[in-house]
Amino acid sequence: MGHSAPKIATIDGIAEEIGVLLGSMLIETVDHADELTFIVERDELVNAMVALRDMAQYQQLMEIAGVDYPDRPERFEVAYHLLSVTRNHRIRVKVSTDEDRPVPTVTHLWPVAGWLEREVFDMYGVVFDGNTDLRRILTDYGFKGHPQRKDFPLTGYVELRYSEEDKRVVYEPVKLAQDFRSFDFMSPWEGAQYVLPGDEKAVAPAAPDAAPTPKVTEKKADTGAGEAANQAAKAKSDDAPTKPAATADEGKGAAKPEDKA
Amino acid sequence: MADYLDELEHRTDAADPSYGDTEIQNYTINFGPQHPAAHGVLRLVMELDGEIVERCDPHVGLLHRGTEKLIEYKTYMQALPYFDRLDYCSPLGMEHSYVLAVEKLLNLEVPLRAQYLRVFFAELTRICNHMLNLGSHVMDVGAMTPNLWLFEIREDCLNFFERASGARMHSAYFRPGGVHQDVPLKLLTDIADWLDGRLPRLFEDAISLVADNRIFKQRNVDIAIVSKEDALKWGFSGPMIRGSGIPWDIRKSQPYDVYDRMEFDVPVGTQFDCYDRFMVRVEEVRQSARIMKQCLNEMPEGPIASFDRKVVPPKRGEMKRSMEALIHHFKLYTEGFHVPAGEVYVATESPKGEFGVYLVADGSNKPYRCKIRPTAFSHLQAMDFMMKGHMLADTTAVLGAMDIVFGECDR
Repeated sequence: MGHSAPKIATIDGIAEEIGVLLGSMLIETVDHADELTFIVERDELVNAMVALRDMAQYQQLMEIAGVDYPDRPERFEVAYHLLSVTRNHRIRVKVSTDEDRPVPTVTHLWPVAGWLEREVFDMYGVVFDGNTDLRRILTDYGFKGHPQRKDFPLTGYVELRYSEEDKRVVYEPVKLAQDFRSFDFMSPWEGAQYVLPGDEKAVAPAAPDAAPTPKVTEKKADTGAGEAANQAAKAKSDDAPTKPAATADEGKGAAKPEDKA
Repeated sequence: MADYLDELEHRTDAADPSYGDTEIQNYTINFGPQHPAAHGVLRLVMELDGEIVERCDPHVGLLHRGTEKLIEYKTYMQALPYFDRLDYCSPLGMEHSYVLAVEKLLNLEVPLRAQYLRVFFAELTRICNHMLNLGSHVMDVGAMTPNLWLFEIREDCLNFFERASGARMHSAYFRPGGVHQDVPLKLLTDIADWLDGRLPRLFEDAISLVADNRIFKQRNVDIAIVSKEDALKWGFSGPMIRGSGIPWDIRKSQPYDVYDRMEFDVPVGTQFDCYDRFMVRVEEVRQSARIMKQCLNEMPEGPIASFDRKVVPPKRGEMKRSMEALIHHFKLYTEGFHVPAGEVYVATESPKGEFGVYLVADGSNKPYRCKIRPTAFSHLQAMDFMMKGHMLADTTAVLGAMDIVFGECDR
């Protein structure tokens, strides 16, 4: 039986019909979970929308949603959700873009697009070419940044409070008493990259070096005694710090780093 | 960003005004953001010619809480309570879209009783929501009594929600896979008695005060007429599109849960004005009561949530006895369930119109993107074109007939 989400009857051959209608404007058709997605050329968006509205009877634009995929060369996806009240069907039309390249507006086709495009602009910074009223809409007056981008922190950059001294609301950089905790829920048994406390004990000890050559004193030089060794020992004792300075610290516990100099 | 933060800490020279001092230009009249008829925090910048509204620019976003961003950092189950807090006058209507979207991505089957319970409480939510809207609409145009009477019904509804879920408003009752817990039989019989007695008595009483009232009609008839073409172009849905004469109801045309088993009528307007929108909602309350009675008659016994233990956590009693249930319980309440990659747009008929959730999953336990399609956003945008040429005092009637709640509009 499957899920109980809204049952939308599939129209036979709708994907082909729209494919023919859009022609070269269409890049790809995706049919996933009984929902049709048409990815179209960004520059041809208006022509595609006119065709869908006037020829394929998708009268209503219900939603424009932005999605951010920072890894893609064109990181933003703008998804238009169309509804046909006569054919009782929904489709999704997508274009992709980045921070600089504008998406043509559809406000002259559907006036409702005005605010929907403003929201995508506000949240992602996608520019809509031809939208005459591209102001921010949901964020504060004078807000900076585009909060729905994946690289925008959840906490944001500023917080505001009412200042009793200034008798007005002041904005300040965010200061958190506790860091935001983000759990990745990765299993330590299945490829997590970090080291848990105690894990270092589980690492096999490094293989010992090749068997050391046994120390022998076959010759006089091997014993470490003799004239050369005496010279070396004398030079070393001249360089060493004088003994009393070191003993003075003994009562105070650990020597300070400066004392070693 | 660094110089921006400098600026905030007043490390700029004193000659420059600081960030908070940005001048906001006000036009002729500023309606709200604190105004009892603004139904929340709406700021309307209106350009008036005498008392005639020439231009009307709604400023929204004063209640923006970043719900969509927060949801991206929560597991699928943790994200659910945010939906209660969107449209806080009809919380279960919001949850309905979300759980259906998750179930669609998982392709999860829901037991029949759970589907009936969802429809039952979604319709109770509709009644609850319309009580608030009809009452405040009436009060916005000058009548006091009906609002007080309708709030009696709303209070009853909230008590029923409390008995079902433990919370009066933010129920978090619908869950992916079903509902959170079964309802006691006594609650269902009490609601049945209420549907037969108290609800129609109070409701018809209150509506009889306004429906044919001369003053109420003077304030609403022929105000803000929206033609069918305009309603389509401006993305209207719910009572707004039906008030414009288009018989479009997602419960009928794209039925979800057990709405395809329900018998109900879809009221439409004939004059496309504020009075029609009001009367459409009045009739919807009666139809909702009808659906609820059918649910009570037909609701089968059985499980109230899917038995798929990779999605629906076991009950606490079971968790205490079974090792496997304990493991599932722990995993689902910490890590949550993983949803296969994909994207869906699921829209349901919330009391205010089409409430949609565009959910993009990347295969992890958190939504990659959850775009919420609020009803108020499209409706409020049409404010400018609906108000053009009307009197300033009509603003409240138009706003009341739109049924706007800012928790949902601003997200």
